[in-house]
Amino acid sequence: MSPRITVATGVRVLLQLRHDPRTLGLLIVVPCVLLAVIKGAFTGQAGTFDRIGGPLVGLFPLIIMFLITSITMLRERTTGTLERLMTMPLSKLDLLAGYGVAFALVAVVQACAVSAFAFLVLGLDVAGSPALVIVLATANALLGMALGLFVSAFATTEFQAVQFMPAFILPQLLLCGLFVARNEMVGLLEAISWGLPMTYAYDALSRVTESGPLGGDGLADLGVTVGSMLLALGLGALTLRRRTA
Amino acid sequence: MAREPVISVARLEVIRGGRQVLPEISLEIEPGSITGLLGPSGAGKTTLIRAIVGVQIVASGEVGVLGEPAGSPALRDRVGYVTQAPSVYGDLTARENLEYFAKVLDAPPERVDAVIETVNLERVDQVVNTQLVSSLSGGQRSRVSLATALLSEPELLILDEPTTGLDPVLRDDLWKTFRGLATRGVTLLVSSHVMDEAAHCDSLLLLRDGRLLADETPEGLLRRTGASDLDDAFLRLVEHDGESERAAQGGAQ
Repeated sequence: MSPRITVATGVRVLLQLRHDPRTLGLLIVVPCVLLAVIKGAFTGQAGTFDRIGGPLVGLFPLIIMFLITSITMLRERTTGTLERLMTMPLSKLDLLAGYGVAFALVAVVQACAVSAFAFLVLGLDVAGSPALVIVLATANALLGMALGLFVSAFATTEFQAVQFMPAFILPQLLLCGLFVARNEMVGLLEAISWGLPMTYAYDALSRVTESGPLGGDGLADLGVTVGSMLLALGLGALTLRRRTA
Repeated sequence: MAREPVISVARLEVIRGGRQVLPEISLEIEPGSITGLLGPSGAGKTTLIRAIVGVQIVASGEVGVLGEPAGSPALRDRVGYVTQAPSVYGDLTARENLEYFAKVLDAPPERVDAVIETVNLERVDQVVNTQLVSSLSGGQRSRVSLATALLSEPELLILDEPTTGLDPVLRDDLWKTFRGLATRGVTLLVSSHVMDEAAHCDSLLLLRDGRLLADETPEGLLRRTGASDLDDAFLRLVEHDGESERAAQGGAQ
């Protein structure tokens, strides 16, 4: 592994995004608008916006990085740039880490901007520190990136890659506890929710939102989030082949 | 002193999707030459090239490149590979593409300007520095892809149909570039399905259904087949091949 190549790859991914200002705009504007809509929609239910707004600020990066990474990586595969890189002196870890560095930076910017809008403009009120929300949002963005990287191997077209969002992410969002407390679900679904990484990402966020500090359980949640990311990255690395049929 | 071949393929067999694409093919390529790999679409040209670059899963046989097994890490900056479709980032400028790949290859930054000049892109500043590659013309895009492969000053350059779909002027221009590289000692393997490109090559490999119909110089091929041009020579070889195939089947019945 070489820091030179990792950094160059990260810079390259960021340059690609910079040439696409509309995507950059959407990255910031879409979560802000959605949060404003949620605030408006729950205006009659006191406390609901504060309860789900905080976790959502930290979950948007996961969902969006999943989408962006799966499409970007699919493009690398279909346009032949991945095959070209695989014939060059670049290790798979350089490529994965380069993507990680770039998307982590994007996630920090996104989380900061969305948090600023939520806390300052929408008046979101959470028990814990907004900085902690941003840290968790970054970890979640990396998890989304790693998952997107992994599933991109199973898509052959961008149409398929987009479908993986409702297939992989929506069920996790429904079961993570954001909409319904997990212990109120049908037993089978609750059991499944224990195996989904977003459950832990949400759990950590809801601790910060509702009680303040992460605590031991929150740290364990963060550990599971990071562990899931590393597992997905490892599985993703297995799908990057130097030789193909 | 006999010169070591740059590429040596021995009894290479490749199976793709249950079909034998290359049935035990063997060949050698001399250093400092331009070898044309010719044959109709579906003959197995790209598969053979991918095996030589080391990105193809092979069933059996040996592929040696510059004295190393194909695809070994030591070869990654000694072999340049240009795929049929230009494999560069469409959402970056040509210069950004080249600067990125130069860092991956650990090539000095001044190589970027050198390769831009080699592929004749330096005259149009906008094309190199401002326009995104996705908005360039097909010919310009393939030049950026070729320039990328030249960054590490490879000893061996493998080009898969680099001139397909380009206009005659551009094609001629590219062949001059290839000849210039060969004069500097680079070995080139260039595939094409257009026979009239064969005249630019020092030696020819004619591939049909994964088998080598010819492995000789253009002059030698004309002499052997008694044809007036290379197009005709290839047709005669294919015809002859078809006849011997029928004869073999007839004998078996």
